[in-house]
Amino acid sequence: MSRLKLTGLSRSFGAIQALDDVSLEVAPGEVLGLMGDNGAGKSTLVKIVAGNFRPTKGEIRIDGQLVELHKPIDARERGIEVVYQDLALCDNLSAASNVFLGREPVRRFGPLAVIDYPAMRMRAGELFAQLKTETRPRDLVRRMSGGQRQAVAIARTLLSKPRIVLMDEPTAAISVRQVAEVLNLIRRLRDQGISVVLISHRMPDVFAVCDRIAVLRRGQMVASKRAAASSPEEVTGLITGAIETA
Amino acid sequence: MTDTLQSAIDQSQHRSPLARLAGTQVFWVLAAAILACLALTVLTDSFASERNLFNVARNFAFVAIIAIGMTAVIASGGIDLSVGSSLVLAAMVVSVLMEGGHSFWLSAAAAMGAALVVGLINGMLIAYVGMPAFVVTLGMLSAARSLAMVLSNNKMIYQFGPDHDLLLWLGGGSTFGLPHPLYILIALCGVMSVVFRWTRWGQHVFAIGGNEHAATLTGIPVRRLKVSIYIFSALTAGLAGILMAGWLGSVTTNLGQSMELAVIGGANLAGGEGTALGAVVGALLIEVIRNSLILLGISTFWQGMFIGTSIIIAVAFDRIRHMKA
Ligand SMILES: Nc1ncnc2c1ncn2[C@@H]1O[C@H](COP(=O)(O)OP(=O)(O)OP(=O)(O)O)[C@@H](O)[C@H]1O
Ligand SMILES: [Mg+2]
Repeated sequence: MSRLKLTGLSRSFGAIQALDDVSLEVAPGEVLGLMGDNGAGKSTLVKIVAGNFRPTKGEIRIDGQLVELHKPIDARERGIEVVYQDLALCDNLSAASNVFLGREPVRRFGPLAVIDYPAMRMRAGELFAQLKTETRPRDLVRRMSGGQRQAVAIARTLLSKPRIVLMDEPTAAISVRQVAEVLNLIRRLRDQGISVVLISHRMPDVFAVCDRIAVLRRGQMVASKRAAASSPEEVTGLITGAIETA
Repeated sequence: MTDTLQSAIDQSQHRSPLARLAGTQVFWVLAAAILACLALTVLTDSFASERNLFNVARNFAFVAIIAIGMTAVIASGGIDLSVGSSLVLAAMVVSVLMEGGHSFWLSAAAAMGAALVVGLINGMLIAYVGMPAFVVTLGMLSAARSLAMVLSNNKMIYQFGPDHDLLLWLGGGSTFGLPHPLYILIALCGVMSVVFRWTRWGQHVFAIGGNEHAATLTGIPVRRLKVSIYIFSALTAGLAGILMAGWLGSVTTNLGQSMELAVIGGANLAGGEGTALGAVVGALLIEVIRNSLILLGISTFWQGMFIGTSIIIAVAFDRIRHMKA
């Protein structure tokens, strides 16, 4: 059974048809590379699965179960975690606060629920160590490098036991060493049976970790095939439209 | 491994507590306020008099109470221009009802209810309709004061019915030499310091101010939170209004006029860092400046110039500090 199954998904913004009758399946523990030109609809697809946008048409199934995702919290409750393209970080908060944003652990003292900062820092520190990043839990995100910010956003997805992790261009703005780290992390997620949807414009990254590659062109799904059976040349052709479908 | 993990967790970017203190704007604003007080003590006979200090303490308490509410608004990236009008509306409701023979507690509850409605309308229009906070609260500034005029028929109220003395004692009285509004300010500042720093509500207020989009994406109920922020701001204004009615012993519809300047200034002097203490210290500095102008015999016409300029300078300071960081 597919971990994630999208059927006939459409979404328009006024006159713009961002997604047009898109169907897609991702197996448990599978890494899917989602590729496409700027404006092809990749981020829109991610945001629908994350519960930020409602689809105009179509259905979403998780482990065979039909789901309605009205709010981000609905998606999160079903084990869907997202690393957003703009990372969705608050510059004025610490790394630990950003990791736990919206789900801060609290300790109750009678009617007062106090945020458990020590537990937050401890857990965030563990996640950063696991990601082998130089990020410190107390540091303000405002003062961090691009790679450190990325680590904060990825650490956030690992907080709960996710079933699907959607990553919108996680390797776009980081150093070579950290690209390798992020790719390793993706492999570790896969080994735990977590499905990963990786959006990237970087062909080498996609072919390095992805089991399957899907290509969106102007809102339409034009290919979804095994990475081993494809090639960077073919995918490039599919993205630009030089090759119609595959 | 556990060692390095622990040290990473403990490590903070600030070096020592002293360096940390000197890095906060609150510290410098407080230093400026203390310096001004010392200078005034030397330059005038009247500043350090018990009577004047008592007046400064009380006047500043009203501004500071509202500045704490304004701090939440500013920390979330908004603005509330309607606090002076929420204040007069609450003061009018409490005094009209008490004049009509109702008890203090019932009248005060109704006054807070009126403030709550003002905040609720502000918050709904800003959060759900998506209108700019500046425009909504500017409109409310006019509307709420007008409602206060309608309520009182624009007459001065100075008879507060059976609980007359209670109201005057609460707003104008003192215990152990300190005016009552100051006690309320201290309590509010203590509570809100904890709330801002240690509760999810506080954390989410700052998250909205930092990146509203991110806050929404992570599932924080941004709209509901915004409504609660404007309600909180209006309630602090309502509280100050009730206390002010008791202090003055009479209420007119120009109460709290252009108070929003001092409040926003006070909250901003601390660099919008969003601490309750920062708001209080900011309000203190504003009141000391105002008081010094009077004591030094400078024409009151100049007041607006001095206060306005000091607010702009403080915000400019804050900008420069952030650019360096
Ligand atoms: N909130 C929105 N309102 C209106 N139009 C939108 C919105 N979000 C996306 N679009 C439009 O939908 C189309 C698809 O955008 P999307 O962000 O999904 O592209 P993308 O594949 O992620 O591109 P990129 O590679 O540049 O990130 C674009 O034409 C975009 O302008
Ligand atoms: Mg995108």
